[in-house]
Amino acid sequence: MTVITKQPVSPIAHLTPEDVEQIGVELDAIRQDVLDARGEEDAAYIRTVVDVQRKLELGSRAVLLGSALPPLWVLGTIGLSVAKILENMEIGHNVMHGQWDWMRDPKIHSTTWEWDNASTAEGWKHSHNEVHHTYTNIVGKDNDLGYGIMRVDEDQRWHPFHLGQPLWNFINACFFEYGIAAYDLELGKNLSVPKEKRSEEFKANARKTLAKIRKQATKDYVVHPALGLPFGAVLPIVAANFTANLVRNLWSHSVIMCGHFPEGVETFERKSIPADETRGQWYVRQMLGSANISGSKAMHLMTGNLSHQIEHHLFPDLPSSRYAEVAPRVQALFEKYDLHYHSAPLPQQVASAWHKVVRLSLPNGWLATTTPKNLPEQLKLLWGMSTKGPKVRRAAQARLVQLEKRQKAARAEKAAASA
Amino acid sequence: MTSTALYAPQPRKGWRQRLRAVADAAVTPLDLDDVLDHFHPLRGGTELRGRVVEVRPETAESATVVLKPGRDWAGHVPGQYVRVGVDVDGVRLWRTYSLTHGPRRDGCISITVKAIPGGVVSNHLVHRVRPGTMVQLGQAEGEFVLPDPLPAKLLLVTAGSGITPVIGMLRNLHSRAEAPDTDIVLVHVNASESSAIFRDELRAHGDAGRLRLVERYDDRDGLLDVAALDALVPDLDERLSYACGPAGLLDALEAHHAGRGLPLTTERFRTPLLEAAEGGAGGTLTLSDGTTVDAAGDTPLLDVAEGAGALMPSGCRIGVCFGCVLPLREGVVRDLRNGEVTVAAPGDGVAIQTCINAAAGPCTIDN
Repeated sequence: MTVITKQPVSPIAHLTPEDVEQIGVELDAIRQDVLDARGEEDAAYIRTVVDVQRKLELGSRAVLLGSALPPLWVLGTIGLSVAKILENMEIGHNVMHGQWDWMRDPKIHSTTWEWDNASTAEGWKHSHNEVHHTYTNIVGKDNDLGYGIMRVDEDQRWHPFHLGQPLWNFINACFFEYGIAAYDLELGKNLSVPKEKRSEEFKANARKTLAKIRKQATKDYVVHPALGLPFGAVLPIVAANFTANLVRNLWSHSVIMCGHFPEGVETFERKSIPADETRGQWYVRQMLGSANISGSKAMHLMTGNLSHQIEHHLFPDLPSSRYAEVAPRVQALFEKYDLHYHSAPLPQQVASAWHKVVRLSLPNGWLATTTPKNLPEQLKLLWGMSTKGPKVRRAAQARLVQLEKRQKAARAEKAAASA
Repeated sequence: MTSTALYAPQPRKGWRQRLRAVADAAVTPLDLDDVLDHFHPLRGGTELRGRVVEVRPETAESATVVLKPGRDWAGHVPGQYVRVGVDVDGVRLWRTYSLTHGPRRDGCISITVKAIPGGVVSNHLVHRVRPGTMVQLGQAEGEFVLPDPLPAKLLLVTAGSGITPVIGMLRNLHSRAEAPDTDIVLVHVNASESSAIFRDELRAHGDAGRLRLVERYDDRDGLLDVAALDALVPDLDERLSYACGPAGLLDALEAHHAGRGLPLTTERFRTPLLEAAEGGAGGTLTLSDGTTVDAAGDTPLLDVAEGAGALMPSGCRIGVCFGCVLPLREGVVRDLRNGEVTVAAPGDGVAIQTCINAAAGPCTIDN
């Protein structure tokens, strides 16, 4: 997507400043209704989910002791995968958001929670809660836009490196928890600094992350396999843990991609955000910058209710179990102000996000201006852009964009003429 | 140059600790306790909790809650109190209640709660709590206990729920195989006969000759004037006095006894006096290093603390990221977004977002 300020018609051009503030007021009212209603049932909900998750994980690990028998391996691995997904999505992510801090239970609190993931709670809370949720979809400020390794917006400059991004994205999906850990540490940026000049803060955080990874790996790949030794299940247990981690990684990566990457989700220019952004303006940015996944209750649970990404971004600290109930009111508000409520089933959103990753792995306009007839020429151009340095790249890029614009105009004219 | 520490024998880890380390490694990032709590929350070695065994109504507005405490309950002396953390509408709230039994044979403890009008926790405990509910517990505390050996003559003055620590003492004394050789007078003051907690039990004690019960009811006898105590208890000067009740009565008694040079032990129930300042007014902020600064009612505590030169955790500064959450040791704060007031007494364990909360009275935070 192009940042909204550079689109021919901004999707919020029709909103007056008063409208924007009124949206803020109406969303605050929805939030307040949930705060007023929040209580015993919500507390019982999260405690039940935590209880079920822990027993499911324990049970699955017990079943895996017998995983020398293939049916038990399958059963235990499914259970462990589901447990790990629940732990990360519906529990960890949401507890660390402070969604359950109001219960004043130190055991289920954003300040004490640590999750089953390579990244530390502390690192995650900084990069996710603080940076991503505050600067959502502002190109250059929200690192979630491509995690620093991908180009997911027209306004991120194309580099030949991006040609490989479908592959990077797939690898990142498989090892997503490590990707998150590296991302929380801003590993790329920090490693490019000479060793002696790296900040103490980075070094301390890196040490903490390595310690966490060691503990996580020891659990999954040493302790539990060792427990399986008497049952001849060492290797099956290693395989089961690896599979469960892989499944959890692929699933959480897909869900998170669906939140902000599908085609049609808006992005924002850094300089278009005023320093004193009002609550209404912040809300509108969250409304346009997120996409929902429609589906069953089970699907919502397994995504940690991030299927209600729009509601989550508007109210990141409300209990996840309440998003489904406020969604119709939020959607009505979108309609009232003629804004696009981006929601689609999971396969569609995943496909859309992947389409964007592939499309933007190529220079802007390249895919649109390529036909079977001019393919050799276009490939030559791409080769040139990839190998002949920034100058050639810029010139070719300008030409491509111009060509695309001209083709579009011609098509529009033709359509007008035939109408 | 040698250090003795270098050659000191390393303490050998016992097999239990090793086993524990393996178990912890198997459930990281949790520890073993987090997992075991799901199966046996009352075992030893974990946080102290209690399970409600029975809720017995005492009057229309009071009830005795019998609790099975966790294994680590260290016992108590009658007259002591306990801090109880109760989840009301999903929110954990801590209150202090006197223990109303001596040590019981079944290992249970009990508290007797009077529902105060508008009291969130007391009404919940009296009217809503059901057997099976889990609560958090502290260990027994308090100095309001009878001396050992007992004096020959004792005067107990209680008003309203002030009977609760005293009933524990009495039950304990009279459950002994050998009756105590102490002459006890109990002056029990209540608003009316029907609101008197343990009325029948106390009368039974009186009828059995275990104590002399003086019942005073405000609606019948008028408010108790401590100067009239001599008329009720002629040998007042010979008695060791214990009193528990509202502050007004205790103040008057203390003045009365001090004037006569008589010893008096009192127990005051902490009443939460914390209320939000009127009309959005601010208060003060006290930080961990003892610095106290003025805190305006419209300025986030984060800004106030930083203005005072304190190093504070912070993040988005708009209430979204929870990167600024710190314990509010004591005080009242107001959420600048919706005006919601949060009150914290010491030990409540309330954590607040400092970036969207402003002082609404004196506040102390741990930074």
